[in-house]
Amino acid sequence: MFFLKILTRNAFRSRLRTGLTILGMTIAILAFGLLRTFVNAWYAGVEASSATRLVTRNAVSIIFPLPISYLDKIRQVDGVKMVSHGTWFGGVYIDEKNFFPNFAIEPKTYLELYPEFVLPPDQKEAFLKDRKGFVAGRKLVNKHGWKIGDIVTLKGLIFYGNWDFVLRGIYRGRDESTDETQFFFHWDYLNEGLKKKGHVWADQVGFFMIGVTRPELAADVSVAVDDTFRNSLAETLTETEKAFQQGFISMSGAIVTAIQIVSFVVIFIIMAVVANTMAMTTRERIGEYAILKTLGFRAMHIAGLVFGESLVITMMGCLLGIVLIFPATKIISTELGTYFPVFNVERETLFLNVSASWVVAFVSAIIPTRRAIRIRIADGLRRIG
Amino acid sequence: MAIPISYNFRNLWTRRLTTVLTISGMALVVFVFASMLMLAEGLQKTLVETGSYDNMIFLRKGAATEVVSGVSRDQASILETLPEIASGSKGQKLVAKETVVLVALPKKGSGKPSNVVLRGIGENSVLLRPQVRLVKGRLPRVGSSEVIIGTSIAKRFEGIEMDETLCCAMRNWRVVGIFDAGSTGFSSEVWGDIDQFMQAFRRPGYSSVIFRLRDPSEFQNVKSRVENDPRLTLVAKRETKYYAEQSEMMAKFLRILGTSLTIIFSLGAIIGAMITMYSAVANRIAEIGTLRALGFKRRDILIAFLVESLLLGLLGGLIGLFFASFMQLITISTMNFQTFAELAFSFTLTFEIIYKGMIFSLAMGFVGGLLPSIRASRMVIVDALRAS
Repeated sequence: MFFLKILTRNAFRSRLRTGLTILGMTIAILAFGLLRTFVNAWYAGVEASSATRLVTRNAVSIIFPLPISYLDKIRQVDGVKMVSHGTWFGGVYIDEKNFFPNFAIEPKTYLELYPEFVLPPDQKEAFLKDRKGFVAGRKLVNKHGWKIGDIVTLKGLIFYGNWDFVLRGIYRGRDESTDETQFFFHWDYLNEGLKKKGHVWADQVGFFMIGVTRPELAADVSVAVDDTFRNSLAETLTETEKAFQQGFISMSGAIVTAIQIVSFVVIFIIMAVVANTMAMTTRERIGEYAILKTLGFRAMHIAGLVFGESLVITMMGCLLGIVLIFPATKIISTELGTYFPVFNVERETLFLNVSASWVVAFVSAIIPTRRAIRIRIADGLRRIG
Repeated sequence: MAIPISYNFRNLWTRRLTTVLTISGMALVVFVFASMLMLAEGLQKTLVETGSYDNMIFLRKGAATEVVSGVSRDQASILETLPEIASGSKGQKLVAKETVVLVALPKKGSGKPSNVVLRGIGENSVLLRPQVRLVKGRLPRVGSSEVIIGTSIAKRFEGIEMDETLCCAMRNWRVVGIFDAGSTGFSSEVWGDIDQFMQAFRRPGYSSVIFRLRDPSEFQNVKSRVENDPRLTLVAKRETKYYAEQSEMMAKFLRILGTSLTIIFSLGAIIGAMITMYSAVANRIAEIGTLRALGFKRRDILIAFLVESLLLGLLGGLIGLFFASFMQLITISTMNFQTFAELAFSFTLTFEIIYKGMIFSLAMGFVGGLLPSIRASRMVIVDALRAS
């Protein structure tokens, strides 16, 4: 306790400088924490996806469809409990800025496969009964102020034309990581429209979702499904939902890596600032260190003083930063909810913050400590100011 | 008379460690700032250079990219009859009907699949793209399962080399040539015969029709005629504009991200400069008193300290930009959100980024030095001289 007191007293001898350094540290920790959260938000889709659901898509690439007739063949594969399907609709609500994911799905099985989308029973009933109906996540509905029964028109970019839908249900996420910004409607409705136009995607779907009876079977099932369609016009690629999502992320991996690198840069910047503060502090106190040495204190004690002071400063900044992260993420998730449906601070981020502060404290104390220890007593005493 | 600048230099030199630490903080901020802008610039430059000003591209209404667009055969034939199309050396009309599909291929290193653009080309496609130059092999023969690949594809994707085959759509496509399209999007594409691609990928129509205008000024004329033709559900764009639009979203994303990040980071560096300058002032009280006693005005003191702080900023900016300029050697390849396809582009340094970076750095120095300089200039001579 006594030691802590002396360290704190020492740290606040120059109030302005220490105050500024703590402020800098707070900003750095806040920025670092937010960037990590940002990267986590990028991977949120992967985290939220289940390893027991499989996704079957066209092996050539995601833009090619699969015939709906595959549905029954997939259902016959051993280990498959349930099959549903979805199609990326790529519709735009009023303006491209209002982006949200929208899918044409087979509603009954899809909702069963996704128990994390919680829908009140009466709304679910209404959605299943209305071919033009759609369900959307809570966040999306709140953002656009839709009410049950409202008609929403999407402009199709892939499937040309204006498509009207009626809001029949609002789903909530079961977990914190569930995406509450999606938009689902009946594939039957889309298919009918496409057939009228003689579109090539009529009776075709974007992907099949497979629920397996037991999670251990996932690998066998995916091989069996792909084997079924080998050498057909539309060969398939089946992987777990997690791997599927990961594939999307890894395509934009370079950007995520850049953000990750940049998040460490802020730590280096603050390291320079703290090291500067510590260098100034020790330079001013060279005389004191000489006196301490004369009194018989060892290099170890002086090192303890410098390292301890550095630690006191960084930990204060770290604490403040961590306290501020929570309101900051709250603001960001309300402002940028459309881009990052899930924006939560993870415990790992906080650990990283604390360990980063320790690293900063130690690295920035190294050179000043070396100087303080190396000074010869006579030189130190002779020096003024 | 102002205080000579050599005074500032010597002061910075005396406190080398502090100076170096402060400058390196600023340099890091400028480095990040410049790098992010360079990334956005590189992306934009790549896509803008992909298009040619004389070329017009036609897509289905509502389609932002070729991948989701569709132009039926009869619509394409109507476009071919337009009189404004330029003629080639053999008297043929310089028009190309093309199909674009995405194919997932494994990347080198990670082996993870990434989407690649496969473009079915006609006889005139190469003539319409003067940037494209064969560096190896030959063009694919019409009516055969042969493809040529861009240099970025050859570099970044697994097992795609000369005389190798890449397989998709139940066919083996033999690579017969490698083309270099400079720093354009075409370098990240695979090209093959259109009719073979349409067969193999079961595309009933084209993705886009491109032609060169006889006279670039006729653009508006052709555009309004095509868009008002009830037989055609197409939009017309200049090729340059079409490609520029594809970079907009991502470049904007990178710019906003880069700027907001660096503004937050710069707070750290500004605080660093402030600490340095405050202590510079505190250590030199007697000196300031002496200068004032010698007859230098308050304004001179203020300027002298500001200049010192600006020098920190200047050096930080120069060092940051120096290291950022090496980023130009790096080419990154990532998915463009708008086209969903892989695109390789490099960091590009422009004069605009240099001067923006310098202004940013000087601003950091100025803001960091302002308060300490004001404090220095406000000192009373007698008190300052009394300080030891």
